[in-house]
Amino acid sequence: MGLPPYATTGQKIWHYSYLVICGLIFFFLIAPILTIIPLSFNAENFFTFTPGMLSFDPDAYSLKHYEDFFTNPNWQQALWNSVKIAPVATLLSVALGTLAAVGLSQSHVPFRRAIMAIMISPMIVPLIISAAGMYFFYSRIGLQGTYLGVVLAHAALGIPFVIITVTATLVGFDRSLTRASANMGAGPVRTFFRIQMPLIMPGVISGGLFAFITSFDEVVVVLFVGSAGQKTLPWQMFIGLREQISPTILAVATLLVVISIGLLTTVEILRRRSERLRGMSPG
Amino acid sequence: MASTNTAKAFVEFERVQKSYDGETLVVKDLNLSIGKGEFLTMLGPSGSGKTTCLMMLAGFETATHGEIRLDGKEINNIPPHKRGIGMVFQNYALFPHMTVAENLAFPLEVRKIGKSEREKKIARALDMVQMGDFGGRRPAQLSGGQQQRIALARALVFEPELVLMDEPLGALDKQLRETLQFEITKLAHDLGITVVYVTHDQTEALTMSDRVAVFDDGRIQQLAAPDELYERPQNSFVAQFIGENNTLDGRIKELTGTTCVVELESGEEIDAVPVNVSNVGDRTLVSIRPERVEINPDLGPTAHTLNAEVLEFIYMGDVFRTRLRVAGRDDFIVKTRNRADQVRLTPGQKVKIGWLPEDCRALDA
Repeated sequence: MGLPPYATTGQKIWHYSYLVICGLIFFFLIAPILTIIPLSFNAENFFTFTPGMLSFDPDAYSLKHYEDFFTNPNWQQALWNSVKIAPVATLLSVALGTLAAVGLSQSHVPFRRAIMAIMISPMIVPLIISAAGMYFFYSRIGLQGTYLGVVLAHAALGIPFVIITVTATLVGFDRSLTRASANMGAGPVRTFFRIQMPLIMPGVISGGLFAFITSFDEVVVVLFVGSAGQKTLPWQMFIGLREQISPTILAVATLLVVISIGLLTTVEILRRRSERLRGMSPG
Repeated sequence: MASTNTAKAFVEFERVQKSYDGETLVVKDLNLSIGKGEFLTMLGPSGSGKTTCLMMLAGFETATHGEIRLDGKEINNIPPHKRGIGMVFQNYALFPHMTVAENLAFPLEVRKIGKSEREKKIARALDMVQMGDFGGRRPAQLSGGQQQRIALARALVFEPELVLMDEPLGALDKQLRETLQFEITKLAHDLGITVVYVTHDQTEALTMSDRVAVFDDGRIQQLAAPDELYERPQNSFVAQFIGENNTLDGRIKELTGTTCVVELESGEEIDAVPVNVSNVGDRTLVSIRPERVEINPDLGPTAHTLNAEVLEFIYMGDVFRTRLRVAGRDDFIVKTRNRADQVRLTPGQKVKIGWLPEDCRALDA
């Protein structure tokens, strides 16, 4: 990071302004998240820092919003719905997305670019348009307002992430490994599960994580496709903001941030581990 | 020496053609039969079709026309994983997420061989390539030469009768390559397996093989034992591809069955063996190996000799390498052994050179 001794004045000025710009970007990204954490411990039902909080008076802090979250049946129902929907949608996305990526990486597949573009479109098309489209389509086939409908909708949103991350991993995949496997007598299915799958695991895991977060954070599509029975955490937060402005939202947000950081860390550890197994970094 | 009898052929290519785009043929009418236990090398420059032939035999490419037979059975429509052929890949293709022992266990697990039997076979295969202590390592922890030994052990561990090798030593340094060349040849003969070996390195082909098939332009230019190939090349491509070679342009002046007289562009005449020239007056490329040329020869009164001027004398230790101007060309090389009585020529010196007529071959121009 240091400047070389031969740096000119111009380069020095640029170097320090670069550091300042980076700092500002990080502040801009992180400050809103960092503010909600202390606010979620607010003893009052306000969204602002009270004078007591600013003078670090212990009485100005409390866990009552967390208590509300864990006792209020509305929140508990929402949490339970999210937990039921996100993992299933993730599993579907991972399975279908990985298969699609493996298939589309083979050069003999006709129209592979066009197919890839269609599969990735949920990521590019504005969410509200996808949501409205899904609403009309799912109503016709009786999926609107059902658990399965929400799971399928979220899986469709998650698939592009899996396809992109798995395709990226496949670029570095050595085709002679599958040939070697076939040569030793392994059929295509065994070759996929024993050779290809373990080696593209980092991509599958990252894709799965994105798919999970997408489903867990998603509010637009679930509002259209779901009914009261599929009210997820983001949906409940949205209602909370609009109708009662309860700082419980801040407590939930803090919990979600903690869960996200935990997930990211776990996934990064898993990814490094399988990269080491792949022989890409010294073990 | 392996049998060339087609009745006993183990691997056969019959009129095999291959085209990737439906227009140009990469392999044109390949006919080849390989005997059981034979070590056959496919040698040729890149793009000559040798690797394509190997891939068709392994089943990774399909033949556009013709029939490929293994042990008498047609295998064109058998997928690669049912052919039971061992293969060593150019980049080793070891599974990076498995240890060496797991890599070797893979083909055995596929064949549903029990654990104790498996471990016995793995130990034996690793000992064969002197890697007995490396079972627990991962491929990334091994050097290139060690990885190649493991790849070899993995190709042999399930005891296939036919093993294919696709430039397996290409990425290794010279000394290691020579050691492994020797080891692979010895293993192949000890185990009695049939090997089809692809390389573009002619030294490798000559030292390892029972027979060498020289590929160029999608065809086998010559299929012969190494000594035959080196000493009696059938056309000018083979003559120039295998070993170092001097060539001179000329025309056939006299043709009497087993010998001919070639008139060079300089007007001088030399004796040669006609190989693939048929008429007096044909253009020809005569080829002479640098070590078969004699300086100031004593070949009898009827022999033709050429005038030459020494351009460069290079001392190489075991041999002297002399560059001469002969018949208007200044790239004529003569190699002489470093003997106590050997004359060391000096640049500018005028000498006469000659050779036995049977060492000089008149080939297609």
